[in-house]
Amino acid sequence: MKAHAEALPTQEMLINMGPQHPSTHGVLRVILRTDGEVVVNARPDMGYLHRALEKIGERVTYAQFMPFTDRLDYLASMNCNAAWAWTVEKLAGIEVPERAEYIRVIVCELNRISSHLIAFGSFTADMGAFTPFLYAIRERERVNDLFEDICGNRLTYNYVRIGGVSADLPDRFLEKTKEFLDYFEPKIPEYNNLISYNKIFVHRLANVAAISGGEAVAYGLTGPNLRGSGVSFDLRRNEPYSVYPKLDFDVCVGTGERGTVGDCFDRYMVRINEMRESVKILRQAIAQTPDGPVMAKVPRVFKPPAGEVYFRAENPRGETGIYLISDGTVNPYRLKIRAPSFVTMNIFEKVTKGLMIADIVAVIGSFDIILPEIDR
Amino acid sequence: MMESLAISLVHAVPALSGVPLWTLTLLLMVVVAAVVLTFALLYAGLATYVERKVAGDIQARIGPNRVGPVGLLQFLADGIKLLLKEDIIPAQADRFLFALAPYLVFIGSFAAFVVIPFGVGLIASDLNIGVYYVMAISSLVVVGVMLAGWSSNNKWALLGGMRAAAQIVSYEVPVGMAILPAVLIAGSLSLQDIVRSQAGFLGIFGWNLFHNPFTFASFFLYYTAALAETNRTPFDIPEAESELVSGYHVEYSGIRFAFFFLAEYGDMFVVSALATACFLGGWHVPFLSVEALPASWGNLFSLGVFLGKTLGLVLLMMWVRWTLPRLRVDQLMRMAWKYLVPLTFFNLLGVSLWLLLFRGKGIPAMIASLFG
Amino acid sequence: MEPKAIFEAVKAKFGDAVVELQEEGFRPAFLVVSPESVREVSLFLRDDPAMKFDSLMCLSGVDYKDRFAVVYHLYSLTIGHQIGVKAYLPREAPSLPSVDGVWPAANFQEREAYDLYGIVFEGSWDLRRILLPEDWEGHPLRKDYKYPEFYHGIKV
Repeated sequence: MKAHAEALPTQEMLINMGPQHPSTHGVLRVILRTDGEVVVNARPDMGYLHRALEKIGERVTYAQFMPFTDRLDYLASMNCNAAWAWTVEKLAGIEVPERAEYIRVIVCELNRISSHLIAFGSFTADMGAFTPFLYAIRERERVNDLFEDICGNRLTYNYVRIGGVSADLPDRFLEKTKEFLDYFEPKIPEYNNLISYNKIFVHRLANVAAISGGEAVAYGLTGPNLRGSGVSFDLRRNEPYSVYPKLDFDVCVGTGERGTVGDCFDRYMVRINEMRESVKILRQAIAQTPDGPVMAKVPRVFKPPAGEVYFRAENPRGETGIYLISDGTVNPYRLKIRAPSFVTMNIFEKVTKGLMIADIVAVIGSFDIILPEIDR
Repeated sequence: MMESLAISLVHAVPALSGVPLWTLTLLLMVVVAAVVLTFALLYAGLATYVERKVAGDIQARIGPNRVGPVGLLQFLADGIKLLLKEDIIPAQADRFLFALAPYLVFIGSFAAFVVIPFGVGLIASDLNIGVYYVMAISSLVVVGVMLAGWSSNNKWALLGGMRAAAQIVSYEVPVGMAILPAVLIAGSLSLQDIVRSQAGFLGIFGWNLFHNPFTFASFFLYYTAALAETNRTPFDIPEAESELVSGYHVEYSGIRFAFFFLAEYGDMFVVSALATACFLGGWHVPFLSVEALPASWGNLFSLGVFLGKTLGLVLLMMWVRWTLPRLRVDQLMRMAWKYLVPLTFFNLLGVSLWLLLFRGKGIPAMIASLFG
Repeated sequence: MEPKAIFEAVKAKFGDAVVELQEEGFRPAFLVVSPESVREVSLFLRDDPAMKFDSLMCLSGVDYKDRFAVVYHLYSLTIGHQIGVKAYLPREAPSLPSVDGVWPAANFQEREAYDLYGIVFEGSWDLRRILLPEDWEGHPLRKDYKYPEFYHGIKV
């Protein structure tokens, strides 16, 4: 009986949540040191998808780099395309026609909806509820159909061009988009009834990995992750670009409704609510889209003036920043992409201390990271 | 029971009187076992098909529809595929235990089919410790799961195996306590006796489910705890695909994996069958005395009713799987020990008190006696 | 605050460490500071009530052909202004103090600059290669980088 008085010696387990894993949203390797089920240290190891996009950017022209931005965050491809276009236009001072800007906003918001649908679907699938994922895919199919109409592609669109968009909207596109919105809007409360407020789901997520507002800002969290921690900051509202000043929408903020502010559940709910706001934005944009040209006059051999510019756009996963240095030639001199998922992973090691292995999956899912963006 | 069957067979077919009785008994046992096993395997195969179809329905898609009419032969195609797969045993794995584990799990699951009361005269072996036997033999699954997790030489498998062992052992307690009310009412552990105790002119109200409020609660407590026993979502932590990449059977492929898979469906049937027998009146047809019918009709009728009720419960399990998310391990344990165990315990106390006070009569019986 | 005003305030505090203001053709404008003073300047920019640059938007390494640079893009969520800070480094043994004590967001981006340019961040709590394998030789984003022929015996 004396053995009970002394603590039993335990050993830490080193587990590899390897690059191939159903829940790491890509080829992310997490090196877990656990004491039984409780995580002592979780170190992310990235770089499995590094394709040297920044180096490639120094060798191709500005227009040729557009398809590469597709592959940055392939679930929000239009947003990345548009971010690159806006950066170059800011550098060269190109005036984009208003119709093109409205089209860009429409496709960006549609892509935001489809990206958040995947985030929602894969997150709930990681939590064990397999059904919402297929419902999300079903809605996303309709968005893919819209995009296929507009540019022929279902995933990596390469639709936006420097100076505008590559082609005008096809026949009846705006009506079809409106039909999609009418179909989709009642689905969001349906998903909330099905899974969001399900007791088991809430129990899995509430109070897990709560990040305070100050911490979130210091660690460089952006987008839904930052707003989930209670910080009301949205680039489309605070530093507006394109035609966002003309559109009216609310900024969704985490309120700690089922736990603490900034826990996984808050980040999840912010994304659900953002889908609703995107629907609002889309309705206004569809109503306001003017007629006109869709492409500005950009010279064939495009040589922007020398200079350095930093532009950031509100992507579904956060704030995508592009720091562009031009030396006056046809190729960019230096092209740095500030990927939101990359900076979000900064906080991963800190926030996962003391959680259980099952919670690691919840944290990764709630951050909504995507590996091509992290690795570039 | 087999002995008496053998004796009656000798009477029916005088030519067999030359054969010693023990050979006949043995032969009969083998035949009956084969019949039960065939039924169990056929059920397990079709259950995988039904599961996929139900999943498809809930998820707004079609499910298998290519192999055979409406995809019915899908399970045969899957079975043949698994049989023909290469048998991979990891290099550093413990070969003997690795090979043994699936068999233990399979046995633990399918050996329980022996005492399930399929119909009036249809039970492979009417042990007088029926319920106790089922509880005991299905605990063999724990041993198999732990062996699988350990011998795979894989940390994920080990984690899954330990979680599974903890889960199954913890939920044995509420399962046992939730099923005891039925035993108390029948006064016997034998499953046929429990079913017979729910007979009577009251029809559907003769079921143990409506006997008293405590048995009503018991049914739901048993179903929930048993769902955890069979490692089904929301309690499928040990094999959580999205976390542990299949948990304790991650290193298994081919026919060995098929054993785990079939054992899971077998377990579902056993659990549902127990729930039906103990709470939902077993093979009793409402307002019809099955035992009074001629033997073969009675058997068929009661078999159909029993299978209908049991498979309905199995379908419910599948429905729950595709709807609810998964509990975390500590939440699972908390639910078992902090909620289910006290609830089932007080339930048991309640039933005992009721039976003591009202001399074993249920609410429907009391209402009926008011009308004379 | 206007970049000129920020420049004046920082120059008043740090004197010679602040070299110049790059404004024309640079959006946002850059304060060029000496590498050794990067940490102090960052702390001032973060904590001073008129500045309050609480968010590090982006940290990049740059290879200007004759020298390296580390570029910081800062933003203030409370006040809403942006500024850039640039520190030029010599090509051989480039190193400067790390700012991950000031903004924890800097850590991964500093590791990336170290990985791809070879810029050493002194005092960083974790400086390892991040995108490339641990045993990779060379720093790919440098302008004079030569692609290796073989890696672990595989022809690249």
